[in-house]
Amino acid sequence: MPEKEILEKLKAIVTPYVQNKEGLENFNENTDFLNDLKINSANLVDVVLDVEDEFNIEIDTESMNGMLTAGDAKNIILEKIK
Amino acid sequence: MKNRVVITGMGVVAPNGVGLEEFETAIRNGQSGIEFYQELADLNFSCQIGGKPKISSEKLKNYFTDLQLRGLNSSGIIYGVIAGTDAWADAGLSKADEEAPDWDSGIIFGTGILGVDKFREAIHLIDAGKTRRLGSTSVIQTMASGISAYLGGILGCGNQVTTNSSACTTGTEALLMGFERIQAGKAKRMLVGSCSDHGPYVWGGFDAMRILPGNYNDTPQEAPGPLSALAAGFIPGSGAGALLLEDYASAKERGARIYAEVMGGEVNSGGQRGGGSMTAANSQAVQRCIKGAIENSGISANEIDAINGHLTGTSRDPVEIENWILGLDRKKENFPYINSLKGLMGHCLSASGSIECVASVLQLYKNFIFGNVNCEKLHPEISTLIASEKIPRKTIEIPLNIIAKASFGFGDVNGIVIFKKITE
Repeated sequence: MPEKEILEKLKAIVTPYVQNKEGLENFNENTDFLNDLKINSANLVDVVLDVEDEFNIEIDTESMNGMLTAGDAKNIILEKIK
Repeated sequence: MKNRVVITGMGVVAPNGVGLEEFETAIRNGQSGIEFYQELADLNFSCQIGGKPKISSEKLKNYFTDLQLRGLNSSGIIYGVIAGTDAWADAGLSKADEEAPDWDSGIIFGTGILGVDKFREAIHLIDAGKTRRLGSTSVIQTMASGISAYLGGILGCGNQVTTNSSACTTGTEALLMGFERIQAGKAKRMLVGSCSDHGPYVWGGFDAMRILPGNYNDTPQEAPGPLSALAAGFIPGSGAGALLLEDYASAKERGARIYAEVMGGEVNSGGQRGGGSMTAANSQAVQRCIKGAIENSGISANEIDAINGHLTGTSRDPVEIENWILGLDRKKENFPYINSLKGLMGHCLSASGSIECVASVLQLYKNFIFGNVNCEKLHPEISTLIASEKIPRKTIEIPLNIIAKASFGFGDVNGIVIFKKITE
């Protein structure tokens, strides 16, 4: 799966949880879920569940804790779908 | 000097009407919210009828964000948030801004059990070894205080925000708790009320106790109402009611519309002694509660124009009437008017007290007494105790000054509140 496609899917997944919609305008690898998008930290587990469903993978707690930016998430997904 | 407490806003989500206007029309015209539910038949319930408020998915979007609606599966939260938000807006209040809450406003919003459908979802996932699939909202939708927590965040309240629970007394008790907080000067406004989830997982336990009628599954709207000779058990309901209580001075200052004044009330328990039990009221306690409410309100028993009873439609109805007679020392033609909402919408359990308080205040404000339905033939014991015209079967228009509202609950707990038309 091309990295661009993964980022697009990620953007769609996080959108419902985003409290700062402006942060979505320039969604890229450096976009920080908590700081740029103002996603409530409690909702990160919901983002992870949605990512798991979309890519048919399982993300353990350790990987989740390292998932601060869209780029981190992309790398974890790439790793898991190998 | 105790502060006077008035009601400046109300909201209601009842099986026979959502919103004050629809609800008032329904109770005036005797429109029932009781229906047959195939789901209950499929589950082999004896009683397959009940009351659920009707909320469209469009309407939900006016009260919840898209994010809040994701995975929302707690009917009590839905009903409570709608009723509470409506009461807030009805009082002419706006939500607190993003930076700071309204320190002078609090919430006491009760429930019996919250989010049972969400909890069932969680139980299935946990039993399947998929606890990690629960998501983030399992806790907030199933904690008892979930309802006050949702409302607290939506409105931005910075005073006490909590949930009380006392079975079917919950709503009336919440009102009295909020009343006392304002009376004591600890808050200017308290949003009080209660909600109850709907459906088989709430109603099943009552069906198992065989206290719900099983003979009206084909004719749900004809099931005998409270006070009827044929009453054979209560019909389960659900929903929410909410009232915005406000310090009188604060209400005057902002020019708020005042529905009524809360004069006072009483809560107590029969201690499951003296004939009282987990499920039946100790009559002496009920009479003490009536007398205490009158005394605390600084009124006399003879001033009460009407009673909105607890009256569920079980064999306990005559006992309640007898307790009012002894508590008020008024009988026959001298007894106040009395009615019960439960014939129209079922017994909304933990939501009943607050929905019925809203109905009581509407009656007082608009000068009417809604008719009792499905009790053409009165219970013979009741008709020997009080004059039949004191139990209106059709809505009557009549000037009212004071209404007493009672709720009794499992655990032998009682709550009575006295509402009075506002005088300067």
